[in-house]
Amino acid sequence: MPADTKIDIKKIAIPIFSVLVSFILGGIIIKMMGLSPSTAFKALMQGGIGNINALGETFVKATPLVFTALSYAFAYKAGLINIGAEGQLYMGGFLATLVGTNFQGLPMYIHLPLAIIAAFIGGGLWGLVVAWLKVRFNANEIITTVMLNYIAMNWISYLVTGPMKAPPGNYPQSKDILSTALLPNILPGSRLHLGLLLAVLMLIFYYIFFKKTKTGYETRIVGRNRKAADYAGMKSKKLSLLIMFIAGGVAGLAGASEILGIQGRMIEGFSPGYGFDGIAVALLGLNSSFGIGLSAIFFGFLRSGGNMMQMLAQVPVSVISIITGLVIIFVIAGQAISNNRIAGLQKIIDLFKRSEPNNGKHS
Amino acid sequence: MENILNLIQNLLIADFRTATPILLAGIGLIYMYRAGIVNIGVEGTMLIGAFAGSYGAYIFNNVWMGILVAGIVGGIVGAIFAFLIITIKADQIVTGVAINILAIGLTTTLNRILFGVNTSPPEIPSIGKISLPYLSEIPFIGRLLFNQLSMVYLALLLVPITYYIFYKTTIGLKIRAVGDHPKAADTAGVNVFKVRYWTTIFGSMLAGIGGAFLSTGILSFFTEDMVAGRGFIALAAVIFGNWNPWGVLGASLLFGFGDAIQIRIQAMGSNIPYQFLIMVPYLLTITALAGLVGKVNPPKASAEPYIKEE
Repeated sequence: MPADTKIDIKKIAIPIFSVLVSFILGGIIIKMMGLSPSTAFKALMQGGIGNINALGETFVKATPLVFTALSYAFAYKAGLINIGAEGQLYMGGFLATLVGTNFQGLPMYIHLPLAIIAAFIGGGLWGLVVAWLKVRFNANEIITTVMLNYIAMNWISYLVTGPMKAPPGNYPQSKDILSTALLPNILPGSRLHLGLLLAVLMLIFYYIFFKKTKTGYETRIVGRNRKAADYAGMKSKKLSLLIMFIAGGVAGLAGASEILGIQGRMIEGFSPGYGFDGIAVALLGLNSSFGIGLSAIFFGFLRSGGNMMQMLAQVPVSVISIITGLVIIFVIAGQAISNNRIAGLQKIIDLFKRSEPNNGKHS
Repeated sequence: MENILNLIQNLLIADFRTATPILLAGIGLIYMYRAGIVNIGVEGTMLIGAFAGSYGAYIFNNVWMGILVAGIVGGIVGAIFAFLIITIKADQIVTGVAINILAIGLTTTLNRILFGVNTSPPEIPSIGKISLPYLSEIPFIGRLLFNQLSMVYLALLLVPITYYIFYKTTIGLKIRAVGDHPKAADTAGVNVFKVRYWTTIFGSMLAGIGGAFLSTGILSFFTEDMVAGRGFIALAAVIFGNWNPWGVLGASLLFGFGDAIQIRIQAMGSNIPYQFLIMVPYLLTITALAGLVGKVNPPKASAEPYIKEE
């Protein structure tokens, strides 16, 4: 208990430090292009928080990232590496579209929840496949999730060019979602929709699940030591199935939020890599609910500000991907260094580190 | 009948071409995987190679210089990956994901800066065909096997060479020992870190060259995100091919065949759902991993960092 509640300065320092260094490197890259970093970052701020619309856009982009990051974090707590949020997102979007384009005449308070639940089930079943392959056949979840991503993406591509294509069929997209299944706008003057509230609810659910419930507690034990957990009578296989269903389901909500909140219909490749960025969000947020919320807003800010940066400072929006990649690398490297204490590098860190007693913790 | 035979022949010729980048990256992945390294970043490494290859070929006005640049740049990406996962012991999978995101950002940014946003891509020199005398005149298989792009031969040659290295030389024995029992290998005097560094660098060079084949062999220009999952297909080919060079060749040809058919269907504007063809490699790999078809034996220390005990 004390180990969990104690706030570890070093742990929080790594993400902050990583973001700073990545921004400095991003600035250097912009400078090397012969463009002005200060103009670029000013445009980034303007596009991210400059006005109501920009601020709304930041949260619009943060919403799916909360879901995909939670998907990674749920699985991670159970000792599973879920690279499959992207595919789970697509399968969630698929079922949300199926429900959202049908059932004409249902009142909104039934239709919308139904579409959202469908998304959860769609993503959840896709996650369940991973867990089933793992517990039944011992198939490595890292590889199966990567493979299932591509299967899901192509499945969506098939649907919107084939059976679910909207008439008259000039564009690869589904019919429009019925108005009773759309996530309503919650901030006039922006695209911000009710999905944000759902994201906050899921963050709270995540917190309660792991801090307050027995199942959550057992999941964390399984995540740390599967064999010992089995020995203590916990059903690690059952828990893996449950957790991957939840993890997939949460990622599926990202699909619902995109289709019911933003796109209004299903199009090919409707996620710009939210599933993969979610890994970065979870890492940066140290897998805590509060941290994930904050870092999702940060990455949402980068995505929404990035477009403005391209318009005003001629800096390609792809620079944001460079910064994202760098942030992940610095966070993961920083954590590995602080966990493994490497002789040469350790000396450098010691210079920065407060004099903390070494409790020899290996996590 | 003549027509069908012709179609099959054309498809197979295209198959060797579409299989080549998968094969190159796949062989590269074998070296890494056998040493216990799972490099998901191979997708990004290929993308960087594709860009470096086309830019190199453009600058030097020579395609082989482009390939060389792609190999070197791929090796550098591999060295960075190796430093992160071997020396710093960062998580291999997450680092790989980061490399993929970074690669998309880097190549897109550089492409827009160096080649401009709205202009059509410049024509760059591309890999030519080599027609082997006499052999290429053999009916059916002549045009198939002996009238191919030169890089196709090089990729095919790597298969027996890699097989020989892994099963007939001490280097191969060392690599396999490092991947299966790093501790035992260390005790026996093998430098685990050195083996992992070199296999990662060499494997990433091959992945970079595989990517360059996309932008200088199959096409003759770079397009954003042109690797489009082929790195993951290579990963699939390695698993489906049971970490064996011949198996990976077979898997690459099988997966490349789907790719070749799919390109043709899309070019014809046909309504056949080609998406299911694209899914085949991934489905097969999952069934192979689950042990439903054949039995796969991954190296035992896959994705685990080696921590030397003092």
